[in-house]
Amino acid sequence: MANKPPERDLAPTIQKLRLRYAKRGRLRFSSHRDFQRALERALRRAGVPMAYSAGFSPHPKISYSNSAPTGVASEAEYVEIGVTQLCDPDRLRIELDSALPPGLDIIEVIVATSSDFSARLEASLWEMEICASQEDVMGAVGKLLGSTEVLVERMTKSGLRVFDARSAILLIETVTESAVTAPADTQLPQECVILHVVVRHITPSVRPDDVLTALKQVGNLVPLKPVRVTRLAQGPLTEVGISIGDPFDPDRVLV
Amino acid sequence: MTSSTIEAGACTVPQPSLRQRGQSVFPELEALLPLIAKPIQYVGGELNAVTKPWDQVTVHWALMYPDAYEVGAPNQGVQILYEVLNEQPDVLAERTYSVWPDLEALMREHNVPAFTVDAHRSVADFDLLGLSFSTELGYTNMLTALSLANIPLHAVDRDDHPIVVAGGHAAFNPEPIAQFIDAAVLGDGEEAVLLISNIVKAWIEAGRPGGREGVLLELAKTGCVYIPRFYDVEYLPDGRIKRVVPNRPDVPSRVTKFTLMDLDAWPFPKAPLVPLAETVHERMSVEIFRGCTRGCRFCQAGMITRPVRERSITSIAAMVENGLEKTGFEEVGLLSLSSADHSEIGDLARNLADRYEKTQTSLSLPSTRVDAFNVDLANELSRNGRRSGLTFAPEGGSERIRRVINKLVSEEDLIRTVTTAYGAGWRNVKLYFMCGLPTETDEDVLQIATMAREVIRAGREASGRRDIKCTVSIGGFVPKPHTPFQWAAQLDHESTDARLHKLKEAIRSDKEFGKAIGFRYHDGKPGIIEGILSRGDRRVGNVIETAWKNGARFDGWSEHFSFDRWMESANYALEDTGVDVDWFTIREREYTEVLPWDHLDSGLDSEWLWEDWQDALAEVAVDDCRWTPCFDCGVCDQMNTEIQVGPTGVTDLPMPSARVSAVLIQGLCGN
Repeated sequence: MANKPPERDLAPTIQKLRLRYAKRGRLRFSSHRDFQRALERALRRAGVPMAYSAGFSPHPKISYSNSAPTGVASEAEYVEIGVTQLCDPDRLRIELDSALPPGLDIIEVIVATSSDFSARLEASLWEMEICASQEDVMGAVGKLLGSTEVLVERMTKSGLRVFDARSAILLIETVTESAVTAPADTQLPQECVILHVVVRHITPSVRPDDVLTALKQVGNLVPLKPVRVTRLAQGPLTEVGISIGDPFDPDRVLV
Repeated sequence: MTSSTIEAGACTVPQPSLRQRGQSVFPELEALLPLIAKPIQYVGGELNAVTKPWDQVTVHWALMYPDAYEVGAPNQGVQILYEVLNEQPDVLAERTYSVWPDLEALMREHNVPAFTVDAHRSVADFDLLGLSFSTELGYTNMLTALSLANIPLHAVDRDDHPIVVAGGHAAFNPEPIAQFIDAAVLGDGEEAVLLISNIVKAWIEAGRPGGREGVLLELAKTGCVYIPRFYDVEYLPDGRIKRVVPNRPDVPSRVTKFTLMDLDAWPFPKAPLVPLAETVHERMSVEIFRGCTRGCRFCQAGMITRPVRERSITSIAAMVENGLEKTGFEEVGLLSLSSADHSEIGDLARNLADRYEKTQTSLSLPSTRVDAFNVDLANELSRNGRRSGLTFAPEGGSERIRRVINKLVSEEDLIRTVTTAYGAGWRNVKLYFMCGLPTETDEDVLQIATMAREVIRAGREASGRRDIKCTVSIGGFVPKPHTPFQWAAQLDHESTDARLHKLKEAIRSDKEFGKAIGFRYHDGKPGIIEGILSRGDRRVGNVIETAWKNGARFDGWSEHFSFDRWMESANYALEDTGVDVDWFTIREREYTEVLPWDHLDSGLDSEWLWEDWQDALAEVAVDDCRWTPCFDCGVCDQMNTEIQVGPTGVTDLPMPSARVSAVLIQGLCGN
């Protein structure tokens, strides 16, 4: 009857699955909301038996962790879904991936057997392709790492915030080869330095553009083109400031 | 990627001259995307988008909806033509939309040309640029696109540039944009684009005989593609048109519209696009019939899309099922000009509601007709969801004005309808009206307030609640070509605003009901600009170009529209013509006047239109020819078509085959 929530199949959640996905190439320009819409539609297309919340506007049980900013590519985004029937993670990965547009790619699906997943995401490894001379980049990196505090400004929803970008940076190193396979429609500029940066997740979060702002402030680094950024990993810090573990490990161990 | 694959010199942007035809401009665009708002709208890559290799086809179409992506991407017309064309082995079609001023400025600064969102090819590389005009307010956006594409604004200055083709409802009077387009197509696009593709293909394969003019002549000879350059307009000393005549012997004097007769044979779109960016319609649409014979005299769509052609309910149900499977949308809209008028709508609604009950899929019927049956349908389709708002369009406040516009709704009908709606649990009824209708007085408009009061009174009684609402939305009436009101004087914007102000006061001052009545309206100024663009002739082209050069963009968006800019541009551009904005808008026309679109045949008999205009002035209403004898509007005779309505006799639709989910663990499924 009208104006009471209608009866639906409100089957309980009997399984939780965790998904690792990538945001690649031109689809790195999708926002978090864009991805949410795309994922919900893909889950419907793939016929995943989603659990829904009750009420007038039921929504599928999906929780997102820590998504990369619009314009930043990622190889390591995480999402958790609740389903009403047991699903095979590998087949779900294949079906869901084919229901999403190319560029939003499901990399791995596991059955969740542990809790506190988002607490495991302690830090991120970012790759930055900076179109500037080796000398300029290394000079700025040296100055940044030599500072104890670099205050940067960023416009947030609650207004302009000033915070330290330095303390969250655990490591900056140059690499000679990108860890990402470039999509066909992009080309790597000739004079380009690739940095790998490990940033600890703190509040307020220090994002890749804050690192770039800091490099500009302390070392006057002004790239010739917008910097292409990719998140390569996020997870627990295994050694202090050096490497990032796989946040799925606890689920794998318990299987 | 290893360092050995890095190309030398890739840091510099390739110069346009070095780029091969059909090569992607994405690397150049990509550098600008981090600098602008909502970059996702420019990257394409939607589910069900198609890209084809450039060299494997002969004919290349760029299809443009001249508004922002969020408005253009869900447009059915473009999606249909995109699929129809891409199904052809020797044709490709890509989409392009208007870019917002932030990106436009950067593209000009960095020399990035207008691009398609599919393969990011330069629009100038295509053989044809097809523009779908739902509204005249998209004209300036066409000029932005042409200029960003480095295509000369004036058709006569073009050489090996794309052939610019206008279509859509606004193209039924393409005269104001005649100097910017090479061709215009009237009516349904499905067969039109195939005909044009075939002619262009033959011309390309024959080595382009006669050059640009050669292919335009071949198109003109068909009698159903309008090529403005082959027609001369002569004027009388007082500024009216003397005549419009072909300037070459092999061109027909009149151009006719396309009419697609068998909708079941064209079940498009088969794989609707699923945009990543948020758009104005977050749903999938299925067109359930085309055309309308209700005969509302203000309605251009109802006049130019005749006759009625229904899609069968089996075909509709199959399109709904297939579309949901291909898109994952949560909502399906059953589209048409008056969806409750489908001859089998009751069976259709019941079957679809049964089929999707207890799923997360919702169905909607853009229902505007005032009819208790409509409420039953809405109840059926809302089994799954909240009953929030229902919309009806009485269009006119008084019985008298409703006879003038031929909207046959009595006050009694309306009250009965809303009583049913509030009684069934609907909380908000939205009522649409127009202001500025021919013969309208303040009294006609003030009766809208009376009507809204009665609606609330009846609603409170029927629902037993006080928290029900009625929202009144009012648009300014703009007389349109190919309607009985094409001769009418448009109401000046000062009078429109004054009338709306009086109505607002009448609603606001009502102590008992005022708070339950919402009031939404727009001021009268944009309607005057829409008016000159709608009923203008070729002299208005200079107004559009001047306004565009003065910065007019996105004129359908109030935050971008500037009335003063348009008026200054019009005064400047029309200076030596002896006519002005008032002449095009608030002047009533005589029967003998040659109208700018008289050589373009929408199928309607102009004598019938005039008689209907006289009936309007005499407040005489006319019935719908689906249920009463033909009253000779001329369409079926002239076009050799006929009304196609059911019933087909099918009342129960076969249930779809149960879909087995591939992701479930076998044997554990459903346990």
